[in-house]
Amino acid sequence: MNWSLLLSTAFIVALLTSAIRLATPVALAVLGEIITERAGVLNLGLEGVMSMGAVAGFMVAYYAMMAQLGVWSPWIGLAAGTVAGIAMGLIMGWLSITLKADQVICGITLVLFGQGVANYLYRQTFNSIAAQGPGMAFAPIPGLSHIPVLGPVLFDQQPTVYLTVLLTLLVWVLLFRTTWGLKIRATGENPAAADTSGVSVTRVRYQALLMGSALAGLGGAVLTVAQLNMFTENITAGRGWIAIALVIFASWRPWWALGGALFFGLADAIQYNIQALSQVGLGAKTLPYEFLLMLPYVLTLVALFVRSRASHGAAPAALGRPYTMRRVE
Amino acid sequence: MSQAGMPVLQMRGIVKRFPGVVANAGIDFDLLPGEVHALLGENGAGKTTLMNILYGMYAPDSGEIWLRDRRVSIASPHAAIALGLGMVHQHFMLVQPFTVAENIVLGQPSPREPFNENSRDLHKRLDALSQKYGLAVRPDSPIWTLSVGEQQRVEILKALYRGAEVLILDEPTSVLTPQEADELLAIISRLAREGKSVVFISHKLGEVLAASDRITVLRDGKVVGTVAARETDKQALACMMVGREVVLSVTKTPAHPGETRLALHNVQADSDRGLPALRGISLEVRSGEILGIAGVDGNGQRELEETIAGLRVTTGGSIVIGGQDTTNTSPRQTGCCGLAHIPSDRYRMGMLGDFTVAENLMLQRLGSPPFTQHGWLQWDNVRQAARELVTAFDVRTPSVDTLCGNLSGGNAQKVVLARELARAPRVLLAAQPTRGLDVSAIEYVHRKLIEQRDGGVAILLISTELDEILSLSDRIAVIYEGKIVGLVDAGEADVNEIGLLMAGQSRQQGHLREDRVPQEAL
Amino acid sequence: MTTAASLPAVAPAARERTRHLLIALGTPLLGTFIGLLIGAIMIVLAGDDPLVIYQTMFLGAFGGGRQLTETILQASPYLLIALGLTAAFRARVWNIGAEGQYYMGALAAGATALLLPGVPGYFMIPIMMVLGAAGGAVWAFIPGILKTRRGINEIISTLMLNYIAILLVQYMARGPLQDPQGFLPQSAQLVNADRLPLLFGSRIHLGVLIAFLFVPIIYLLLWRTPLGFWLRAVGSRASVVRYAGVNVDRMILFAITFSGALAGLAGILAVSGDGFRLKGDISNGYGFDGVLIALLGRMHPVGVMVAAIFFAALTVGAQAMSVVSQLPASLASAIQAVVVLSVLATDAAVHRGRD
Repeated sequence: MNWSLLLSTAFIVALLTSAIRLATPVALAVLGEIITERAGVLNLGLEGVMSMGAVAGFMVAYYAMMAQLGVWSPWIGLAAGTVAGIAMGLIMGWLSITLKADQVICGITLVLFGQGVANYLYRQTFNSIAAQGPGMAFAPIPGLSHIPVLGPVLFDQQPTVYLTVLLTLLVWVLLFRTTWGLKIRATGENPAAADTSGVSVTRVRYQALLMGSALAGLGGAVLTVAQLNMFTENITAGRGWIAIALVIFASWRPWWALGGALFFGLADAIQYNIQALSQVGLGAKTLPYEFLLMLPYVLTLVALFVRSRASHGAAPAALGRPYTMRRVE
Repeated sequence: MSQAGMPVLQMRGIVKRFPGVVANAGIDFDLLPGEVHALLGENGAGKTTLMNILYGMYAPDSGEIWLRDRRVSIASPHAAIALGLGMVHQHFMLVQPFTVAENIVLGQPSPREPFNENSRDLHKRLDALSQKYGLAVRPDSPIWTLSVGEQQRVEILKALYRGAEVLILDEPTSVLTPQEADELLAIISRLAREGKSVVFISHKLGEVLAASDRITVLRDGKVVGTVAARETDKQALACMMVGREVVLSVTKTPAHPGETRLALHNVQADSDRGLPALRGISLEVRSGEILGIAGVDGNGQRELEETIAGLRVTTGGSIVIGGQDTTNTSPRQTGCCGLAHIPSDRYRMGMLGDFTVAENLMLQRLGSPPFTQHGWLQWDNVRQAARELVTAFDVRTPSVDTLCGNLSGGNAQKVVLARELARAPRVLLAAQPTRGLDVSAIEYVHRKLIEQRDGGVAILLISTELDEILSLSDRIAVIYEGKIVGLVDAGEADVNEIGLLMAGQSRQQGHLREDRVPQEAL
Repeated sequence: MTTAASLPAVAPAARERTRHLLIALGTPLLGTFIGLLIGAIMIVLAGDDPLVIYQTMFLGAFGGGRQLTETILQASPYLLIALGLTAAFRARVWNIGAEGQYYMGALAAGATALLLPGVPGYFMIPIMMVLGAAGGAVWAFIPGILKTRRGINEIISTLMLNYIAILLVQYMARGPLQDPQGFLPQSAQLVNADRLPLLFGSRIHLGVLIAFLFVPIIYLLLWRTPLGFWLRAVGSRASVVRYAGVNVDRMILFAITFSGALAGLAGILAVSGDGFRLKGDISNGYGFDGVLIALLGRMHPVGVMVAAIFFAALTVGAQAMSVVSQLPASLASAIQAVVVLSVLATDAAVHRGRD
């Protein structure tokens, strides 16, 4: 083990930079799910929403690139991913809010639906060609990006990273500083109280769900458009599920969500920086790469375990229960 | 107090049907400006349904609603609020983790849309409002820290903040001590004096006579009559409510108590939140007697019920049933020692709504012979035994294969009762046994309880209905904040004193109100 | 005197039961039809003729002895897993980790068989089955205990264990268990003795029979034993089960472990019945599809059996179709998902209409 290289600035900077970048899709999904769950809707379909966002984002970005739209292509792709997320949210909303089907079953079905349709759409369009999308350039912030260590890590990132931080701020303001946020939180704690106070529970839940799945769709698109620049079957690899776990880990708070996503991003980064690791002496012989790939999932379990006692009272009280006008007497 | 003239509210010919029942069968109701109008009727008469229609929570199947001289259609609570209607529900509609101020402004536009209003300005406005009506509250306290009485004041303020001119109060005193109830009635008078019109739903005769100008009695979804409060009395009202002469008290022979069957020694337990709920309860129940535990809801009754039944762990003390220590064991153990339990929440604990009457009737006995033999369930035996119980207890159900959730409240409770009594218990724990039931079902349950007691069963009765405790118990204990604060023989019980104990005051402390004390014996 | 609220229901019992049955059968059929319709639209959008495609798929699944065999073979892991999940889902224990439990069952049993090639078959095969069930059971027990002791949501924990299990098997197949005579990331083949006997002179192996045998077993478990009753009761209202004196945690643990055992058994049955090697893709998404099939089959063993065959037909049919048309075989998974979604929607809509 080459400790000096492992602890060198260059290596740590590379690791942290990756970690932040890789955390972004998950962070967006977690933010979205926080809004949704705060309104009392449990959207377990995140993995499916992200899949659809990923495929829609990638395909649209690809065709935009083909249509010579240049530097706009990735952004159009991201927009498309967001729209795909909203569409999935509409399906989930119709099933669980309007038709009042069991939220858990709806969510699981939506995942399988989203993955199945996404895989099929890609196959249908590209066959077995591994298409390459337009990618997204890094956008270093002048001045700040030259600060040693912190500079490249925090300020020399893709614009999607800055966007995610901005969105986190917006979500926080929305939930805790606006009347709309008050309605969302009330609906998740006590929908009957919200209803009798004149709040339309159905409307608020739809809004929260659509916002949540829009963010998740955006997250999926960021994955394929900005990061990996490609699409394969099941490219989301469980990120949607990890996001749901992270919502609990973050106690339904937006800034903590960023922290949790970073935690995951770090686990992911370790796996990606395997090349660098093998130079440090941590090669395939000492630690098979499958075990590194397991890291995010193991860490999620650990995170859940650690938070399991603490977060028991923090969930919105009416989470997961459809609201029906209860007949009295 | 009330000004005659054009009614501020008129409901004409309101009809509302639910599957299997007609809740409102053509009701006419009107409200004069500045009056307090009580809507009286037993459980199931249709009072809450009518007001829920007024508040926009249901749409009527037919009928009209007129506000002043305009016909209106109220599609949602939002619409009702905009029309100047406000409702305080029986079970408070407050968001527990939010503050008082947040609850009051929820759903209302803020002056700084889309952002929340500045809390200092908001608190100033709320203080002014609460001064005007004598409803003292602390705007920045979270709701869960407030007492029940305070929470109710928040509910009223909430309605007033939204500009309510008509206030609907649904069973407002059901969660209050007698003294808090008095305070509430005073607030209602003041509201009426300030020009608000109040509809007051209740099933308590004394209260209704004391507080209202006019009383409309409902029965089976129809209006039986509307009378002025000063022109009627309890007997007449009871007769209108039930449709026949009502015996206002249960007759029973004196008790002949035997050996102690249930004993609690210094039992302590925590609530769900982890705060102490039982702070050292000691009591004994002997065979052939009914010990009634009186108290306002939320003083530890639920925790008491659950620790005795084996559903909640104790943090101290011991529970002995039939001579055996059952502290911190399980419902299976307590059952084996001869305890039967009629739970306070029949839907959460007492019965499986998606399962059949037969399955519910045999619930705890399904795993034993003859209902299970060689590991296989014998459904024929289950159904046969169930049919016998249905006949014995007169449960109205099309068959034993009907889903329990389709039964009426009274019949569902009969299923629970039948099941528990069929276990031939030596100790019966009956918690809120008549909650939500109509008068004849209540009478049936009371009769059965007396019957059991006469047969030698030791009965612990926990109820928030003081009149039920008074009429059934041989001895009465009062629970307040997790402690037993008084224990008397029924014959020597003084309603005033009990009321004070329920509020945490005794004759020695505090002041005794000499004037109008609500007499609640039905 | 009874109030208006205590009027009993009016319809006689028999008529009520027939209506109930019609709705229970008709709703999923309607949903399936709608799902296939939407699938047809997807085919049209892809530029093909849905009638031709569906016909090709149907013939590919049922058109002859060989096709039928293939469909039944494909159906059996679906069926066994979904049956186990039925028991779990009835208790509202959402075991989404059947895929991982399948892998762990295959690993536990397969590794043992590979390490002890000399043991005679009539000995080894039952041992493999027990080990397979045990492997799946243990892998399911872990999230079960996490749920009962720490309140950790089983959906997420079973899923995380999925990924971990698949990666573990991949590693084993590439590393310690790799076939010394090859370069591919897969284990050696199971010796002949350890392969399941074939039935009817075809490719249908013992595992298929076992899978179908579990249909009546699950029915009897859920509706004819006290244990099954309490499982269903826990899924309906766990607080009442507690009140009645039954240990809810024990029921939950049983539900999840039992479903894991069946998934693990399915794993080793599939490997020793067909394929005979341990590798990273011994499953075709059986675990996830098992979830869908259990839901599509309305969590009833007979419905699940029909649903499993339907799913298998779609998969096998799509493979056949992809050979002759330009549509990819993954169309099957898209249609499967659409069908389940529309059955879910139809079911919810019908029940909402009745409330």
